[in-house]
Amino acid sequence: MKQYEYLAKAVLREHGIPTPAGRLVRTPDQAYEAVAAIGPAALKAQVLVGGRGKAGGIRFASTPDEARTVAQAMLGMNLKGYTVEQLYAEAKLEIQQEFYISVTTDRNRKVPLVMASLKGGVEIEEVADDDIVRQWVNPRVGVLPYFGRELAARLGLTGVIAKELADLVVKLYQIYRERDAELVEINPLAVVDGHLIAADARLNLDDSALFRHPDVERIDEGSALEQKVHQIGLAYVELDGDIAIMANGAGMAMATVDAIQYFGGKPANFLDAGGGASVEPTAQALDVLVSMNPKVIFINIFGGITRCDDVAKAILQVKATRGIPVPLVVRLVGTNEQEGVRLLEEAGISAYSDMAPAAERAVMLAGEGRA
Amino acid sequence: MAIILTKQSKILVQGITGHQGRFHTRQMLAYGAQVVGGISPGKAGESVEGVPVFDTVAEAVQQTGADASIVFVPAPFAKDAAFEAMENGIRLLVMIPEHVPVQDSIDIVTRAEELGVIVIGPNTFGIISPGEQTKMGIMPNHIYRPGPVGVVARSGTLSYEIAFSLTNGGFGQTTVIGMGGDPVVGQTFISVLHQFKNDPATQAVVMVGEIGGSAEEEAAEYLKSFGKPVVAYLAGRAAPPGKRMGHAGAIIERGRGTLESKEKALTAAGASVVTMPWQVVDALREAMGSH
Repeated sequence: MKQYEYLAKAVLREHGIPTPAGRLVRTPDQAYEAVAAIGPAALKAQVLVGGRGKAGGIRFASTPDEARTVAQAMLGMNLKGYTVEQLYAEAKLEIQQEFYISVTTDRNRKVPLVMASLKGGVEIEEVADDDIVRQWVNPRVGVLPYFGRELAARLGLTGVIAKELADLVVKLYQIYRERDAELVEINPLAVVDGHLIAADARLNLDDSALFRHPDVERIDEGSALEQKVHQIGLAYVELDGDIAIMANGAGMAMATVDAIQYFGGKPANFLDAGGGASVEPTAQALDVLVSMNPKVIFINIFGGITRCDDVAKAILQVKATRGIPVPLVVRLVGTNEQEGVRLLEEAGISAYSDMAPAAERAVMLAGEGRA
Repeated sequence: MAIILTKQSKILVQGITGHQGRFHTRQMLAYGAQVVGGISPGKAGESVEGVPVFDTVAEAVQQTGADASIVFVPAPFAKDAAFEAMENGIRLLVMIPEHVPVQDSIDIVTRAEELGVIVIGPNTFGIISPGEQTKMGIMPNHIYRPGPVGVVARSGTLSYEIAFSLTNGGFGQTTVIGMGGDPVVGQTFISVLHQFKNDPATQAVVMVGEIGGSAEEEAAEYLKSFGKPVVAYLAGRAAPPGKRMGHAGAIIERGRGTLESKEKALTAAGASVVTMPWQVVDALREAMGSH
C-alpha cells in the first residue's frame, strides 16, 4: 500500500530524519495560511503516481496570495488519471546537490537491499548502473552505523555529509523493518546549507503486514469499481476492454486475460475468484461482472479445490436473481465437473472443457478478434 | 524417483484441526502421503483422520520421528509455526498461507538457510511427487500421473491446468512444485532446477512463471548449462504496469518484471517458450523428441 508523500514525511520525521517544514492543505485559504507561516513554498499534489513534477503536479508560490491562486488551479485538477484533492505545502529549498537513497527487498537474494547514488533527483531506473552503490543487509545483523559509514565511503562522501548519511541509513532501515515497508525511498535526498534533508519521500507498506499496524490509514488507490470488488475480498484489476473475465487463482486469471488478448479480444478486467471459492463469493464476483455491462462474460474454471458444481450454482443464482443479459461463455473442468456441467445444461448453458476454444468463442461473440 | 519429497518423508500438519488442515490431511492420506502427526495447541490427545494430535512440534517429532511439516495456520501466526518446526528438527517445510508479511518470510528463509531447511512457499499449493505417491499440499490428487517431467510453477491453478494437460498428453510427472506467489519465498527456479538436473528420472522440465521480479531471468543464466529440455510458459502478457495481478509478487514495478524481458532471457538460454498454456504439451513433445 503506497503512502502519500505527506504521510511518508511524517514517518521520516518521527524517526529523526530531517524534512522541510510543511503542511497539508485542502483549500486555497489553507494554502494561503501555510505560505504565510512557512514562507515561499512548493505546492505538491498528493497523488500516488510517479513523475508528478513533469505532469504539472508541483508548483511554487512566493507569497500567500500566490499560494491561494496556485492552489485554486491545482485542487481538482486531473493528474495522470487521479483527481488532486490535497496539496502538501513545503518550504522551498535552496538545493546544492541531489542524492538518492532507498531500502527495499531484493526478491532474488531474499534480503533487504540499500541503494544509494550521488545522482539523485531523477527516477533511479534512469541512473546508470555504475553510479549506483548497492549494499545488501544481513537481516540477522540489521543496519548498524558502520554499514552507513561503508556506504558513504563507497559513494566517495566525506566530512559532515558522510556522517549524516551513515546516521540516516540506520534510521531508514528502522523504518523499513518496523513499519513493514516494501520500499522506503528518499529522492532527492538534498544537500541544503551543507546538510542532508529529505526533499521527497516514498513509502510503500506491505499489505500483508497491515494487521500489525492498526493506526495506518487504509488507502485503496484503485478505481471506484476496483475498490468495490476489493471490499468483497477478491483480487481485481480494471482493464480497458469489454470482455469481462472471471477465473480461479491468480495465475489462471492472468492466463485467461492473456488468452482473450491472444485471440484478438479486449479483456475488461482481471478477476481472481479465489483458488477455492464457494458459491456465495463466486456469485458476488459474477454480479460485479454483470454490473460492468460488458459485451461478453467469460468464466474460466479449472476446479481443483474449487468445485465445478459450486461455480454452476453461482451462475444459476445470478441468472435467477439479477439476470445475465449478455452472452456468457463458460469453461468448466475438474472437481465435480459432471454435476456442474449438468446443472448448467439444464439451464440451457453449455460448457466448454478446453480453454482455447472457449476463449476464442468469447472473443467471437464480442465481435472482436482476428479475421 | 522424485525431488525433495519422497515416500520416506514423515509429515506433520501444523494447524491440523482447522477446516483446511482437516480436509487436506484427508486428501494427503488418500494420496498415500505418510502423515504421522498434527499440531494444534491445546488439543493434544485428539486425532484427525486417525492421525494423532500434539500440542507442540517438539512432542510430535519425539513421538513420530517426523522430518517434514506442512503449515496451515493463519498468516499472522505463520512465522511462529515455521520457527517452531525448524528449531525442532524439521528439514522440509511447506508454507500454505497467503498474506504472510514479507519481513516474516525474510526471517524464515534466513533461518532456514542457516539450518539447511528446505522451505516451499509461502503462498504455495505445495509439492507432489506422483512417482512416489506422496504429497504435501492442496493440489487435487486426480490430475497427476507418474512420469518423466518435472514441473516448477509460481501459481497453483495455472499449474493444475498445465499438469492436467501433461497427464492427458501422455506426460506423467516426477515432481510438481509450487514456489509460491509471494515476493520472498523459500525456493528459486534455480534451486529447483538444480534438483531436477540431479534427478535421473526427470527427463524434461516445464517452468510456469509469471510477471514480477526477475526469478525467470536469473534462471535463464542457469539453464545454459542445464542439459535437459525445458519448456516455459509465463502468465501476465496483458497485465498493465503497476498493478498487482492477484499474487503479491505479480507486479511490473518501475519497468521491471515484464514478460518480454523474461521470455527473451529464457529463449536466449535455449528454453522453448510458449505463449499459451495449451501449447505446452506440443512444445514438450518436440523438445524431448529433438533432444
